[in-house]
Amino acid sequence: MTPDKSLRGRYVIAGIGATAFGKLGRDTLSLHVEACAKALADAGIGKDVIDAVFVKAPTSSKEFMYGQRVAQALGLAPRWGGAWDQGGAANITLIAFAIMAIEHGQCEVALVSYADNPRSGSRGFYERARGNDSAYGWFAAMGGYGMIQRRHMIEHGTPAEAFGAVAIAARRHGAQNPHAQLRKPLSWDEYRASPLLVDPIHRDDACLLSDGAGAVVVMSAERARQLRVPAAVPVLGFGAGQTTCDLTLRESLTSTEAVRSGRTAFEMAGVTVSDVDVAQLYDCFTITVLMTLEDYGFCAKGRVAEYVADGALEIGGRLPINTSGGLLSETGMPGMQLIHEGVRQIRGTATVQVAGADVCVMSNQGGVMHTHATLIVGSS
Amino acid sequence: MATTAPALELDKIDEAYWAALAEGRLTLQRCECGERFMPPRAACPACLGARWAWETAEGGGRLKSWVVYHVAFHETFRDRVPYNVALVELDEGPRMITNIVADNALLTAEARVRFVATREGDRTLARFELVT
Repeated sequence: MTPDKSLRGRYVIAGIGATAFGKLGRDTLSLHVEACAKALADAGIGKDVIDAVFVKAPTSSKEFMYGQRVAQALGLAPRWGGAWDQGGAANITLIAFAIMAIEHGQCEVALVSYADNPRSGSRGFYERARGNDSAYGWFAAMGGYGMIQRRHMIEHGTPAEAFGAVAIAARRHGAQNPHAQLRKPLSWDEYRASPLLVDPIHRDDACLLSDGAGAVVVMSAERARQLRVPAAVPVLGFGAGQTTCDLTLRESLTSTEAVRSGRTAFEMAGVTVSDVDVAQLYDCFTITVLMTLEDYGFCAKGRVAEYVADGALEIGGRLPINTSGGLLSETGMPGMQLIHEGVRQIRGTATVQVAGADVCVMSNQGGVMHTHATLIVGSS
Repeated sequence: MATTAPALELDKIDEAYWAALAEGRLTLQRCECGERFMPPRAACPACLGARWAWETAEGGGRLKSWVVYHVAFHETFRDRVPYNVALVELDEGPRMITNIVADNALLTAEARVRFVATREGDRTLARFELVT
């Protein structure tokens, strides 16, 4: 199977917009509206051209026809739209769906939006019983990630320093982001002293829990020129992959869907990992970043500890990641903030800017590594 | 005093699995196509047919991974922390979530383990002991 390389660079993220992050105490519809209005303003367009509205379903409440409620709140009657439940891989996946729908003449300009309020609302989704295995005390996403992390440590001897390197990089970058929820740099000693929550996961391996919203506008590069969009960022490639919900049903705990997803996205984009200047990698837990680096091919499986050593993931290092702080520092939002930061890096407007960033890869993933999606943007 | 986890959601097939456990037997499903699978389900995940029968596991397995909860996400586990949750691969092939009845400090990768039916409240759980 070969992805359609003719799409490369022919679609753009035309605008980005976000609310504040943290404990907001607001309903998700009003958060969507604020983020979408800002994304439209960033693209320099009115809402009248929008004919598709794709949203990620919120975790804090399940509502019937939620995607249609968002469109209604935006005063829109789109051709295509709906809420997508795929966990944290949804935002990139929805951008890919928007591009494919536009390519085939079903719509022209799409809003992709995410809003949730698990911090002021319910965090129950993240702490839920994992089926009947709750009888054994098997609860929370953190338990699943811990099980994967332990297996990675068993098979590859992955040391604490590797996990710490991810957290320290995200926190260093997030500390410089005036919009970040947690603006507190993290030292190695502080990381080591961070309490164990679900051993082997320390508190500082785990992402934030946040209210907030983020949206992007997706259209063709040609339409962006017609509409005089000021800072459109070309999409070079995307891909996705999914595996089982239950960890017990996976052949391997130490290989993820980042393999298939990344391979597809890099092939479509016509770039390799050596072309990547900066990465925004889903950091719900530090293990996720390490395995994504391996599975995208930045280093061989089991060698990630060497790859991330000596500040490699920090600004000035070999591959700066999560330059606005990621889920560990900017906001626990599941992935849209990473897309926004990728767009800013290519525009050259990031707070922690990688000089001359030409190619940025972003990962989204959901559940306990059930779903994965990859997006590559670049100056084309 | 509550001694059990939240209510289980049991369909007919699950009920048969838990009923066997209550009699001290750890069971899995074996399909005519050759696939062995857990946890219980109506259709074989390999051939999608329903030509399966219950098979009693021999009880041996290996510890593939584990976590130790230092925080309780449900009130019934508040007085048990730190407790382990383990992923065990049965000698028959299927893997399951369980607890190892041992000091957490004694858990090691690929350790041999053996099934032990453990009564807890009105429920019997499939836990494992380290084979020393």
